[in-house]
Amino acid sequence: MCEFKTYETAWCPGCGNFSILQCLKTALEELGKDPYEVLMVGGIGQAAKTPQYISANSFCGLHGRSLPAAVAAKITNEKLTVIVDTGDGDSYGEGGNHFIHNIRRNVDITHFVHDNQIYGLTKGQASPTTSEGQITGVQVTGSVNTPLNPVLMAIAAGAGFVARAFSGDTKHLTEIMKQAISYPGYAIVDILQPCISFNKVNTYAYYKSRVYHLEEDYDPSNKLEAMQRAMEFDDRIPIGVLYQEQKQTFHQKNIVLAGREPLVDRIRDNSVINNLIKEFV
Amino acid sequence: MYNILVGGAAGQGIDTTVANLEVLLKKAGYYVFTIRDFMSRVRGGHNFCMIRFGNEMITSHSNQVDGMIALDDDTVELHKKNLKEDGFILCDTKLSTTDAKAIKLNMNGMAKELGNFRVSGSIAIGAILKLFGIGMDHVEETMKTLVKEAYLDMNLKAVKLGFDSVETRYSISNGNFKDWMVISGSKSLALGAIAAGVNFYSAYPMSPSTAIMEYLASKSVEADFVVEQAEDEIAAINMAIGASYAGARAMTGTSGGGFCLKVEALGLSGIAEIPLVAVDVQRPGPATGLPTRTEQSDLKFVISAAQGEFPRMVIALKNHKDAFYQTIRAFDIAEKYQIPVILLSDQYLGDSTATVEPFDLSNIKVSEPSKGEYQEGEYLRYQLTESGISPRLIPGKSRNFVSADSDEHDERGFITESADVRNQMMDKRMKKLDLLRKELLEPEFLGEVNCEILLIGWGSTYGPIAEAVHTLNKAEPGKYGALSFGDVYPLPTKVLKEKASKAKQIINIEQNATGQLKDLIREQTGILCTSSILKYDGRQISGEEIVERVRKGGQK
Repeated sequence: MCEFKTYETAWCPGCGNFSILQCLKTALEELGKDPYEVLMVGGIGQAAKTPQYISANSFCGLHGRSLPAAVAAKITNEKLTVIVDTGDGDSYGEGGNHFIHNIRRNVDITHFVHDNQIYGLTKGQASPTTSEGQITGVQVTGSVNTPLNPVLMAIAAGAGFVARAFSGDTKHLTEIMKQAISYPGYAIVDILQPCISFNKVNTYAYYKSRVYHLEEDYDPSNKLEAMQRAMEFDDRIPIGVLYQEQKQTFHQKNIVLAGREPLVDRIRDNSVINNLIKEFV
Repeated sequence: MYNILVGGAAGQGIDTTVANLEVLLKKAGYYVFTIRDFMSRVRGGHNFCMIRFGNEMITSHSNQVDGMIALDDDTVELHKKNLKEDGFILCDTKLSTTDAKAIKLNMNGMAKELGNFRVSGSIAIGAILKLFGIGMDHVEETMKTLVKEAYLDMNLKAVKLGFDSVETRYSISNGNFKDWMVISGSKSLALGAIAAGVNFYSAYPMSPSTAIMEYLASKSVEADFVVEQAEDEIAAINMAIGASYAGARAMTGTSGGGFCLKVEALGLSGIAEIPLVAVDVQRPGPATGLPTRTEQSDLKFVISAAQGEFPRMVIALKNHKDAFYQTIRAFDIAEKYQIPVILLSDQYLGDSTATVEPFDLSNIKVSEPSKGEYQEGEYLRYQLTESGISPRLIPGKSRNFVSADSDEHDERGFITESADVRNQMMDKRMKKLDLLRKELLEPEFLGEVNCEILLIGWGSTYGPIAEAVHTLNKAEPGKYGALSFGDVYPLPTKVLKEKASKAKQIINIEQNATGQLKDLIREQTGILCTSSILKYDGRQISGEEIVERVRKGGQK
């Protein structure tokens, strides 16, 4: 029932995406999800191919536009477990506007960002999270832009579930993924992931030596503390659920959706239309 | 047939006065046709509406004015040139005009005495009814449906005051339109979407398309669907596509500028074969152009918008009735062929109101979207079939995985770079057009069967062209005919070829600067238009203007 198969991928051997895919499979299985009720959504990029590599429904849309399609699918059928797997360029670059506004919308979907701090599919240009000064094929004298801090931004914009994880710590990542998928509302997990082909700075060893688990007594409901920890992105990088708060979801707030059967199952009553026509007579 | 202009600055209540007056006229049995000419501002400037009414059907506005309600001096100055010899200017005593045609009433004073200066509009309405010899019998009952209860009494008194302030000058027998609708083009379109079973509408506000979103939002609870204001147009169309993939009947709407942003996703709908209805309420471009005015300059753009090649359909809406029925058809075609269907409206049609026979649902079969059933063996979302149409299932509704892919893909929906599969998939998608061509609607022919001069237009020029052909044939019987296209892409060519082969002259009439339909006709059929009547000043061509320009022969 809840076995998810994974398929052959087009990723580089050693890519962080492999362990993310494996963790996703384990998380879905451990949560007892029915593959036919899971919808995987991706944009464009190496990470965005994830929906093609796991046995579930899949929607691979346009670069940067995974979130609008994903939230609308969920609005249409809330019985679907909707998971967006896509990269830092897709989520924070091309899709930056959708990132901000879907935090506000708070549709119950999960957003896994494979954040390798570089553009992989287009072979190594700076992404929104690339470190300042990092030299690439395009940023030939080093990136001059301040890197975006997506988790800090998500907390500030009002997201109810914000986590950071590392593809190299699979047990931890699986656990975070399960929590994110179970969270009722928009949940974002920024997953640090090495790009072995195009990012020679943020390597496996780089992350491995820096990440640490948030302490057992860390209180994810403290927003200021969460923002402080979110800003820790240097020699030490905390991973875990940085911030969590119960918020009303889009479905709970939308009067047409709240407490009703999914939109997709509703049958239109022609008498309503006839009444509307009469209003113009 | 009479024509009344109501003009003033933005914020002076023109909208309310006109909306009430047109319903009162219709309820008295008259056919009403109103255009709205607004500036892109919230306060000040000059706005006006023209209400044309009579006891027979009216398909076009007219610039010859029988009377005006002038709320400021600008209105008098700007429009007195269009006022007929025996016309009138109904205005407040505070206006400085000394024109002999002025009927000055102390409307503001009377309104103040009634307790609210805003009821001066109702005083003007009362005066208009009396001037045209229309009784007061139906006023109370009708006003009840137009005005909040708390203000009803005050407004009724105001109408009576206005009525008693003037003498009757005109006489016009009642028509039989009392039980018809008065509705704007945008509301007709929105109502069509509701009748088609829309579940999801996403848009970003943009004039002149916002009226569709406003109407849908106001009825979303009652009619049970979701309206979502997106963060931008790109989100709006990607949301509509995501909703449609998940089984909703989805529509997105905008004007030309917003449509530009949506273009990439149009191709997504095409390659992923996800049904979509996309509305473009045209306004003059390029860029932000004339935001609140009208044009038909997006035709060539929307028939080719987005990179690559994929099947699509474009339907231009001709009038208010068409807006309703064609919107329903657009949903059905999008569903049947799993393609994007683009509805082209424009500011003229969208914002104007007309009297329409109540929409009849009894003859409409709204097709139910397929939700799908369990398929034995592996389900192939993009199965190669004879027709090119693959069986569509909805995710979560069967024990099958449903894929959608923006990259070229195989039958399962997985990304591929195989040359053979690419060819098969391109051919499969494009083949859907062969079937679609069989159900295209030929352009409507107006006028004399064996006409010498054939006029050609599309979309909202339908009404003005119909009036012009009628007028022209009255003066020169048998000489004129016209073809008005609704389906513009793929272009239906059968009737066009037949009529064009017999006509001595073919004149295309379009609200753009280059003759976009003329070019499309030439491309698709080799038929050349002999001259053009083009207008791109942001104002719709009237029946009268067409007559005048046809008599001059059009531009070569």
